[in-house]
Amino acid sequence: MKKLALSDDILMKIEKPARYIGGEVNSVVKNKEDVDMRIAFCFPDVYEIGMSHLGIQILYDMFNRFDGVWCERVYSPWTDLDAIMRKENIPLFALESQDPIKDFDWLAITLQYEMCYTNVLQVLDLSGIPLLAKDRTDGDPIVIGGGPCTYNPEPIADFFDIFYIGEGETRYEELINLYRECRDSGLSRKDFLRKAAKVPGMYVPAFYDVTYKEDGTIECFQPNEEGIPARILKEIEMDVSHTYYPEKPLVPFMKISQDRVVLEIMRGCIRGCRFCQAGQLYRPVRERDVEVLKDYALKMLKNTGQEEISLSSLSSSDYSKLPELINFLIEDCSKNHINISLPSLRIDAFSLDVMSKVQDIKKTSLTFAPEAGSQRLRNVINKGLTEEDIIGGATLAFEGGWTRVKLYFMLGLPTETDEDIEGIAELSNKIAATFFDVVPKEKRVNGRVQIVTSTSFFVPKPFTPFQWAKQCTKEEFLEKAYKTKHAIMAKLNQKSIKYNWHEADTAVLEGVLARGDRKVGNVILNVYKKGAIFDSWSEYFDNQKWMDAFEECNVSMDFYTTRERSTEEIFPWDFIDCGVTKEFLKREWEKAQREEISQNCRKQCQGCGAARFGGGVCFS
Amino acid sequence: MKIRVKFAKFGNLKFIGHLDVQRFFQKAVRRAGIDVKYTTGFSPHQIMSFAQPLGIGLESNGEYMDLEVNSFTDSDDFVERFNKASVEGIEILSVSVLPEGSKNAMASVAAAGYTIRFREGRSPREGWQERLKEFLASETIMITKETKKNTLEIDLKPGIYEYRITGDSIYFLINASSSGNIKPGMIIEAFMQRANEVLPENALLITREDTYTNVGSEEEPEFIPLDQIGEVIHAKTSDCLS
Repeated sequence: MKKLALSDDILMKIEKPARYIGGEVNSVVKNKEDVDMRIAFCFPDVYEIGMSHLGIQILYDMFNRFDGVWCERVYSPWTDLDAIMRKENIPLFALESQDPIKDFDWLAITLQYEMCYTNVLQVLDLSGIPLLAKDRTDGDPIVIGGGPCTYNPEPIADFFDIFYIGEGETRYEELINLYRECRDSGLSRKDFLRKAAKVPGMYVPAFYDVTYKEDGTIECFQPNEEGIPARILKEIEMDVSHTYYPEKPLVPFMKISQDRVVLEIMRGCIRGCRFCQAGQLYRPVRERDVEVLKDYALKMLKNTGQEEISLSSLSSSDYSKLPELINFLIEDCSKNHINISLPSLRIDAFSLDVMSKVQDIKKTSLTFAPEAGSQRLRNVINKGLTEEDIIGGATLAFEGGWTRVKLYFMLGLPTETDEDIEGIAELSNKIAATFFDVVPKEKRVNGRVQIVTSTSFFVPKPFTPFQWAKQCTKEEFLEKAYKTKHAIMAKLNQKSIKYNWHEADTAVLEGVLARGDRKVGNVILNVYKKGAIFDSWSEYFDNQKWMDAFEECNVSMDFYTTRERSTEEIFPWDFIDCGVTKEFLKREWEKAQREEISQNCRKQCQGCGAARFGGGVCFS
Repeated sequence: MKIRVKFAKFGNLKFIGHLDVQRFFQKAVRRAGIDVKYTTGFSPHQIMSFAQPLGIGLESNGEYMDLEVNSFTDSDDFVERFNKASVEGIEILSVSVLPEGSKNAMASVAAAGYTIRFREGRSPREGWQERLKEFLASETIMITKETKKNTLEIDLKPGIYEYRITGDSIYFLINASSSGNIKPGMIIEAFMQRANEVLPENALLITREDTYTNVGSEEEPEFIPLDQIGEVIHAKTSDCLS
């Protein structure tokens, strides 16, 4: 049995030592002598969150299929261990071999949300890798970033050697082989990076310079060397049915957030909601073959022993073979006592029928995400869900025995007025009233219905039609939340409605990090040095530290959040081509202001640009 | 049909807790393709029960889990299938079939045997073996135990059924029943306190050697390991030959 990096004394002192010992079912242990390429794959958050992420499972499996490559995992040490490691100078290690990250060839970090950026610095720091890419030398691992946040990598450009833009299945093998060649022929770090910058999909920040206008916006963003591409097209796996997918996903010992087998049924979304970044980034929609999925479902359940399988996609109801797949799962899995979890299903007769078969109606709640309170505003954001759909779905659900409903809305959407906010309360109230209309008194379980209405604050994201939009200030956000609360309190059925709203401070900060440029990098470095980590955990988020850091770095938050952007402005992320054109996004932004909707990809092509990839929904 | 699974937990897996072990076996049973019985109702679960939770940091050569199964081949086959579905750090030692109507593992537990060693540099003053023997021979071994409501004076002595000191290691057979469970560390702490010594943090390396049930009476107990209640059933080799 391998020796652990942490002593028994430390492991007995900290919370949940199982986070740090590795050895889980289906973890991959190779013989060090048999490999010449060591990759540490990091999710910069605590183990329970990182282990729940599907992307790591896919790429971990892929890397370990490559000859001579051993990919291991590393997560952010929780704050208790973080303090001990700093005090005792213990280097951060990978779970499988327990070897220091510093000795690896690559440190690959997946960037799933902006609020993890200080944890990226924590991981680098604890590993003993210089925080700034420019300070690293030939002995340091190559630090690669991937995931949705790389679609605007500029705020963290200083900390990474390479960003892989797009889906990981396509170019890693090529990049690994290039790295081996360079390393084995004694080329320097910089020489390798120069070659890597020419591999499609790779962005090496060191080879690009930015100049700014007097008003702080970008004047020019361009390569600083001959032969480095000016624009980077995202990588995309067009044959999603015949690519890497794990048959033996990892099974943790401890309880994690998503403790189940995950079957990704398709990538992308046909819907085109204008606030949604994922809906644009993963275009075009590509479905996995249903036979392939059935085969994976059986194998993954057998190899993990998990008691639950979840279908994953941005909008599962749009998967064309959904009834066939679900019937297969119900028939095959129910005899083995497997639970089927179906997030992101549209509520209609079909989905309610399915859910009544696979879930305990008394225990589950139904989720609707109208996102906006009025039809007008739902048209602005192109959320193709009408009040009729919602009330119709709720009626069916209440008739079927459900008594709990969750509603998700956003506050601060472009063009929002007090009437739209009032609409949130009205819709919540109408759903409660529907319950009392539909369910006769004698049939009401506990006599009541529970509506939970939640609002989040809208943060405009790059590569969405709202990338030009002005974000609300913290004060505006909070005022909107109070208005929502009061509007709900004034309703007849207010006792059946519980209202929650999210933090405003983090929404503002997320806005800066999402649409930030390279100047924001200093602030992240500064706030990390003040001790900020685990910013996505409300118990550790310290807004004052961030405010101080912005002030010390002389960076204005408002410049990134509340400022109106003209359609002429060069955005920090404009050098990335995500498949969807800026012209299309502009058209959608204009349509939004005219309160016009756009049809989904199956009904009518909107000419977004993703057809150039030559497949998926564009050609079916 | 109820089977009793005996397993060892060791090495790095001493850092996973009791709930994690339960979760591990729920999944291992599926991976091993064991035809386990489920409860009826809307959220069916495997009919499974564990003898005695093992604290984090302890190793064990004698953990037990009872499982209701619909079908059974033979003990060797089950041991092999379980071990194939397991990981380094949990090893299935035996599978036996319980007689109809046996008490479940948890209710059966009466005593447990532990081997204790001191970590390097954390043992008491030299000659501790003699002093410990003397201490264990005392009429009573009183300790104070803090509960939520008050502090209790408890005598550990009646719960220490057997002890041996061999070289640097101590063996205890002690009460592990739900009413009088003794943690082995409690005895060592009481000893150190009596000797006016302080037990350093994390000083003990503890292995549970086995878990026992009482087949005698309360006054004259007779302890046997939990798996001896059941019967190990080997494959009938003659069948294979014919």
